[in-house]
Amino acid sequence: MNKRALLAKGARDGIPIALGYFAVSFSLGIAARNAGLTAFQAMLASLLNNASAGEHAAFTLIGAGAGYLEVALITLIANARYLLMSCALSQKLDSSTPLLPRMIIGFDVTDEIFGVSIAQPGKLNPWYTYGVMLLALPGWALGTYFGVLLGNILPVRLVSALSVALYGMFIAVFMPPARQNKIIAALVVISMATSWLFATVELFHFMSEGIRIIVLTVLISAAAALLFPIKEEVQE
Amino acid sequence: MTRNPYIYILCMAAVSYLIRVLPLTLIRKEIKNRFLRSFLYYVPYVTLAVMTFPAIISATGSVWSGWLGFIAALLLGWMGKGLLPVACTACAVVFLSELILL
Repeated sequence: MNKRALLAKGARDGIPIALGYFAVSFSLGIAARNAGLTAFQAMLASLLNNASAGEHAAFTLIGAGAGYLEVALITLIANARYLLMSCALSQKLDSSTPLLPRMIIGFDVTDEIFGVSIAQPGKLNPWYTYGVMLLALPGWALGTYFGVLLGNILPVRLVSALSVALYGMFIAVFMPPARQNKIIAALVVISMATSWLFATVELFHFMSEGIRIIVLTVLISAAAALLFPIKEEVQE
Repeated sequence: MTRNPYIYILCMAAVSYLIRVLPLTLIRKEIKNRFLRSFLYYVPYVTLAVMTFPAIISATGSVWSGWLGFIAALLLGWMGKGLLPVACTACAVVFLSELILL
């Protein structure tokens, strides 16, 4: 596929991402307003961060008048899973991919863009991810902007329905491979069960949601890698 | 708020960008180690599944509409439908079920 076709494919996959982002970042805008940020400042923060949990945590600390270092630290903790995703994504890129595309893709490694990029057949062509970013970036930033401005005007039912769009996409990414591969299917079930356990049992609540995601991802993936190392041809 | 909001935003942005761009720019070669390759191969599926459940159940106005949207997405995903149809169907199921339930 040429660049334009890849860009278009990415943009099409970017539609549900942008819609879901708009709904999620709209509520993020409300949190930003509560922290004392203007609509422009909140939009700028979203445009430069592209991270729901990280931004939410940072806005909360900003509202509490925390120090700059504390805000940097909470951003690091809440977003640490992106480090893991970027490591996985580095293997999805052809090793000849130059520095500039790597730096552009690195700007918007989110749960969703990571998900759709990793779901591409073969190696990842950066132009596909650019297409997704073309819609996802404004969706996220503008949602935050209007969230600050309009607050609670958007009907609750609409926000409620749109907020499952992102999860629907995650499911569309992992279900087809789970159907093909019994190990992945088992991992999906185990991941959901332990995630539910961590979210329900109070013993685990000393960990934030971001930390729980990292701990479970590392433990389960490492166990799977030890028990079921991939055959060489699986990766290609 | 007595501090400068733009410095706050700069701190957040710098941290967010560095943790994403460093692995992508520093890991230029294909990793040969079989354990690491297997680990990174499984990471996407595990992390997406962990993030989806149980969060999807509490994302909507009612636990039941969340469950219905979740089940609809699982079925369509199993059938191999694309991102857009799965996401839109989940939204529609949640919207319609909340019209009836709430």
